[in-house]
Amino acid sequence: MNYALKEFNKQKASYMFIAPSFLIFTVFLIIPVFASLYWSFTEYNILQPPKFVGFQNYADILFHDPRFWKAMTNTVIFVVGTVPTSIAVSLLLAMAIDQNIKLKNWFKTFFFIPSITSIIAISVIWKWLYASGKYGLFNHFLSSIGIPPVNWLGIDLTLPSIIVMSVWGGLGYNMILFLAGLQGIPQVFYEAAEVDGASDWDKFRNVTLPLLRPTMLFVTIMSIISAFQVFEQVYIMTYNSEGAVGGTLDCALTIVAYLYETGFQRFAMGYASALAYLIFFVLFIVTIINMKIVEKKIEY
Amino acid sequence: MEMREIRKFNGDEAARPASKSKQQQLLRTFVYVFLVIGSFIMIVPFVWMIVTSFKPLDEINTYPPSFFIRKPTLAAYIELFSIIPMGRYFMNSLIVTSAITLANIFFCSLAGYAFAKHRFFGRDKLFLLLVGSMMIPWQVNLIPSFVIIKKFGWLNSFAGLIIPAMSGAFGIFLMRQFIMNIPDDLIDAAKIDGCSEFTIYRRVILPLIQPALASLAIFTFMGQWNNFVWPLVVIYSSKMRTIPLALSVLNGQFGTNFAMVMAGAVIATLPVLIVFVAFQKYFIKGIALTGLKA
Repeated sequence: MNYALKEFNKQKASYMFIAPSFLIFTVFLIIPVFASLYWSFTEYNILQPPKFVGFQNYADILFHDPRFWKAMTNTVIFVVGTVPTSIAVSLLLAMAIDQNIKLKNWFKTFFFIPSITSIIAISVIWKWLYASGKYGLFNHFLSSIGIPPVNWLGIDLTLPSIIVMSVWGGLGYNMILFLAGLQGIPQVFYEAAEVDGASDWDKFRNVTLPLLRPTMLFVTIMSIISAFQVFEQVYIMTYNSEGAVGGTLDCALTIVAYLYETGFQRFAMGYASALAYLIFFVLFIVTIINMKIVEKKIEY
Repeated sequence: MEMREIRKFNGDEAARPASKSKQQQLLRTFVYVFLVIGSFIMIVPFVWMIVTSFKPLDEINTYPPSFFIRKPTLAAYIELFSIIPMGRYFMNSLIVTSAITLANIFFCSLAGYAFAKHRFFGRDKLFLLLVGSMMIPWQVNLIPSFVIIKKFGWLNSFAGLIIPAMSGAFGIFLMRQFIMNIPDDLIDAAKIDGCSEFTIYRRVILPLIQPALASLAIFTFMGQWNNFVWPLVVIYSSKMRTIPLALSVLNGQFGTNFAMVMAGAVIATLPVLIVFVAFQKYFIKGIALTGLKA
């Protein structure tokens, strides 16, 4: 009896310890996950109670909503535009810094500063760099080599401009992850390869890349997930006086920007919830595919 | 070409290290050039931000744009703090970020300790649920969280900004991994001495996990200082804005006054930069260990 009581008391302490976290977890994560799943099958504008409409929202999004497909296309362009470039360049940077070079920590810091800076601050800084006419720094640079000024934030170039800025901003973070991965590769493998007369390229292809695969998988999945959710950059770069997000003719409307507009500007919460679940679904599939690809490649 | 062929043929061993080291030197030079140009590209936008923020308006609109300031001025900063209540926004950000950081240190370590060292019914299932929840993109719970906050009457308040972020799956996970490495003997010894569970947490666990707490604190501080989306949907009055929100409004309303917007960007960047430089060691190590995005 005494023992059972003691056990219960001990368990009570454990539940007390996790209680604050689980309260927050339940109210702001578990309940919301189910709430938005339910709302995705309803018409809901906050003021009136949700009205059940079955698969109507999903059908509308997938078959009758050109803006959704525009946003999806832009988002995919953004992912394809940022992820491979960022991975390639940050891997190069990590390998360069991993050499025994001077000022190593300085270089690390320089490349990492954008990663700690607020993306809002970065976006306003780049908006100024991209400024149209001759005062923008980029246009000035172009004109100094004889190219006429470009409208960086016009219909055609807004999305590419945001892509360039985002690659720049994300390099340092991926670099740190690759650096950790590189430092985890035992030096013996390189020495063995050298004994076998391997060139630098051979070493990169046959030692570095295969042994870096777990890091590569992690970086790729995380990069795709976060690129797919791009929002802040778009919000700042395309914000106009009417408060619309996404730019002229939705030229840079991304899927999360569209969700924001639907949910918090038009208060179509049911429709926005369905969008959220579609995002969830896509990211889930992307993760599964990535893991399958890597599983297949690790055979030796 | 011919020379090389002959060398190869003769198996001239002496020539190889020489050419190898020359090649290595070339590679090294290339690496430095690559890194220096790269660093330059990283730094220039920030230098441009700082330079612009100290320029008088007429210099911003002179051609060609220059990194040299002829008459440096604090006008943009003075404007920033007089036209809009930037001081208040700074305090808002500081209050919200500090409160969230302290709460996370406390709640995550508490839960992390229970998950690492206690045995209780449902422990592993709950932990799995917690870890699994990290897969859920934030868009899924954004809308209901907003509605819940509205129901609680916490829209446009510190409570609405702070309470939902007071603990997190990632923090608990980090703490648990770290606390698992603490030997059970220490805890058992404290138990024999008659310490209560909370005393063990306070006197034994907390002092031992200080490096992990520091990492969690820095991540949380930076992530929250830069947080934008949640304040964007929760805050509607101008008084309650946090720094990133204020900066976005500044961009919308005074977008053409670049000196002022850049001064705002400097104010937004400075605190995280200071924290980063001061605690760089913990920060980069923490990322390498966990892959957390700030």
